[in-house]
Amino acid sequence: MQQLDCRLGIDVGGTNTDAVIMDPADRVLAKAKVACTPDITGGITAAIDAVLRTPGIDPGQITHVMLGTTHATNAVLERRRLRRVAVIRIGGPATYSIRPMFEWPRDLANVVSAGETIVDGGIEFDGRDLSPFDGDAVARFLAEVGGTAEAVAIASVFAPVSPRHELLAAEVVKRELGEIPVSLSHEIGSVGLLERENATILNAALIDVARDVASAMQAALAAHGLQPATFFAQNDGTLMALDHALRYPVLTIGSGPANSIRGAAFLTDTTDSLVVDVGGTSTDVGVLINGFPRESSHGVEIGGIRTNFRMPDLVTIALGGGSVISLETGRIGPQSVGYRLQTEALVFGGAVATLTDSAVATGRAELGDPGLIRDHQELLADAARRADARLADAIDRVKTAKGDRSLIAVGGGSILVPDEIPGVSEVIRPEHFDAANAIGAAIASVSGNVDRIFHIGAGGRQAVLDEARDEAREHAVAAGADPGTVQTVEIEEIPLAYLTSPAIRIRVKAAGALGGLQEQHLQARLARQSRVARQSLSSASP
Amino acid sequence: MKRLLDTASLRALARGCAILGAGGGGDPYLGLLQALQATEGFGPAPLVDLDELPDDSLIMPCGGIGAPTVSIEKIENGDEGARLREHLEYMTGNRVAALMSAEIGGSNGLLPISWAARMGLPVVDADGMGRAFPEIPQVTMHLAGISPSPAIMTDERGNLVVFRAISGHWMERLERAAAVEFGGAACSTEYTLTVAQARGATVRNSVSLAIRIGESLTGAANPVAALISELGAYRLVAGKVSDVERRTTKGFVRGSVLVEGLGDDAGRLIRLELQNENLVALERGRVLASVPDLISVLDSETADAIVTERVRYGQRVTVIAFGCDPIWRSDAGLAVAGPRAFGYDFDYLPVEELAGAAA
Repeated sequence: MQQLDCRLGIDVGGTNTDAVIMDPADRVLAKAKVACTPDITGGITAAIDAVLRTPGIDPGQITHVMLGTTHATNAVLERRRLRRVAVIRIGGPATYSIRPMFEWPRDLANVVSAGETIVDGGIEFDGRDLSPFDGDAVARFLAEVGGTAEAVAIASVFAPVSPRHELLAAEVVKRELGEIPVSLSHEIGSVGLLERENATILNAALIDVARDVASAMQAALAAHGLQPATFFAQNDGTLMALDHALRYPVLTIGSGPANSIRGAAFLTDTTDSLVVDVGGTSTDVGVLINGFPRESSHGVEIGGIRTNFRMPDLVTIALGGGSVISLETGRIGPQSVGYRLQTEALVFGGAVATLTDSAVATGRAELGDPGLIRDHQELLADAARRADARLADAIDRVKTAKGDRSLIAVGGGSILVPDEIPGVSEVIRPEHFDAANAIGAAIASVSGNVDRIFHIGAGGRQAVLDEARDEAREHAVAAGADPGTVQTVEIEEIPLAYLTSPAIRIRVKAAGALGGLQEQHLQARLARQSRVARQSLSSASP
Repeated sequence: MKRLLDTASLRALARGCAILGAGGGGDPYLGLLQALQATEGFGPAPLVDLDELPDDSLIMPCGGIGAPTVSIEKIENGDEGARLREHLEYMTGNRVAALMSAEIGGSNGLLPISWAARMGLPVVDADGMGRAFPEIPQVTMHLAGISPSPAIMTDERGNLVVFRAISGHWMERLERAAAVEFGGAACSTEYTLTVAQARGATVRNSVSLAIRIGESLTGAANPVAALISELGAYRLVAGKVSDVERRTTKGFVRGSVLVEGLGDDAGRLIRLELQNENLVALERGRVLASVPDLISVLDSETADAIVTERVRYGQRVTVIAFGCDPIWRSDAGLAVAGPRAFGYDFDYLPVEELAGAAA
């Protein structure tokens, strides 16, 4: 692996694409913000060009690049560049009462599906076979759909208990169709067959989307003579190496909020706080716990499809720096002037009242020409009060317990955030707040996750906990972490109700520094990580 | 008049079943998808009143039994209901005229409808609880002295077991053990009864009530108000969840939830005690409502029910309570599902007297 020198972090948001360059001591050397383009690759190229042209930057120093983007979500919403997927569910004779993709929007299912089948097989919660695996049925199905399928998704009942039938099915696919991308549910989701199957199908469909963005980025870098090691940010705020991201694109589908929360943690050297990220159109409020975003307890919907992969637990409100205030009614949003803020807001000589004008009217920001808003002073101040109340409400909703907490304010629109908020002990405004998302991508660690059901055998509970820890660690190393730095950062045991057999669901996250970091840098990272790990383990639920 | 359980009715029913679950009974989502797929393939099941069926015809109460974690992985085949019916007819020598949900609250309110649609049988507008409860004998058929035997249990593979137990309590023990062997979940029928028996031994009109509940929410400007007026429910408090304490012991979720009043209710603090379902609502030690009356925690904006496992700090909720079917208010009903049956040391008073007096 290449020795790490400087890193380029990129975050593609809804309004802007941000890029930062950081040196090995984690100092921000340069940053750039450009408007997104409809095809997203244009915005990435422009952001890379802008940040590399910053005076004093030697592009040759860039050894690593980290990208966070929501483009995969947009591809699903716009039904664009999706592969046709052959869907194999292993679970017969169970599960026929709800066929694969039954609740998908029809038009999306028509674009994505090359055919679906349910074959005999699958696992019971206690590890027995639900029924013997029928490989011949898989082969027959592939003979039917092999001509149109561009990828294969395989999901077995209780794959989180044992993946063995999924692995057998993958062998059949390889034998019958040769080299075709195969997505296996046990590598993607957790307990909940339909949600895990949906996520696996989406993953298979998104292969080209991930390839497109990776090659656009590499082309932009190559134009500057660069060939850095490339990583993608995941939904949980950690990184995967490029080859991993190309196999599991669905795991990068919502990395933006996680990047902001991780960036906020880094910029303030904090491991536990509330975080608010104010953009041009919307505001996300999340929670930082042990240095990572708190994840939602149930799955998220993407384009109307239920999935069960975990995303940061956020409360999102339609308030941002560009939110439009009606001069007649005083109503705020949900429309936003977005990236046209610099020309359309009142303080910049435009004709549209925005929350940025409110921030100027209340003295929170000094921007543009305050004289231009004098006529609307009262209306703008009133809008600020109402926006503050909505923000305070969102902050209260995201908390899990009573008591005041600190709040880190990041994002280009965070000038809107007042200093005094009910339930908030202090508002922390770090330097480089406007590039926290791209910084979050640049400083991210590499993680491995385990979330499955373990049966407590002769070794007792401790043996299965150790097994889960080792497995998460192996995953982290496989994703590109330096083996010497990998630590368990989160461990959770969930007892299963209504079952007499001793089984527990264990979730473990292990994370480590990016492979190839320089020694001095490694030591600093290690110190920070072990602090996080200690806090995490002492708070892990028994 | 015969009513068909079409797609729109099923979606409304699912929302209603969640509210009648009183915090328990499981998410009706998978049950809804099964009913929708069966309806798409076989046409909608008719919903009939008990009075439309001959007195001596047989009703099969049925549903799923087992661990929620298993139910979300090992989804039913779809033929389980037909197998239960076939074997019940073989054993009794009578034709099953209609299916009935043993438990309207939660996911079991929908599963029998998917089976009925597949067999072309009607579903009766009644159930055995009018809500959700955790155990097999906590049904109105038990109160009416109807035997749980013969009970039949089957799985997706075609395994089938017949149970003859001396009591509802033994039926619970035996079926629970067999369900684990089947892989943690199975489908079953107990308390088979005739139409004549069912008239006094079931909660009547509960399916149409659940549909009306769901319909009252759809498109309402103020869903919570619409629901309260539809149910004649009492609004105990509107506020936010300020504390949640929950633990799993012996397969049951137990704990408590504090709701702090907001707006008109500012300064009030309501405590809910739960064991799978919401059991008791208290304010400063005074009981506002208790089992067997229903206590539901609703999302204040959408009026969708929040099941006990999903209640979290900070949620904006409205807690409502409404009367159970009168059959539960009898001495026999309170012995099975009154406050003392769940370990509380106070006598049951109807929600109309408790919350009604406070309002």
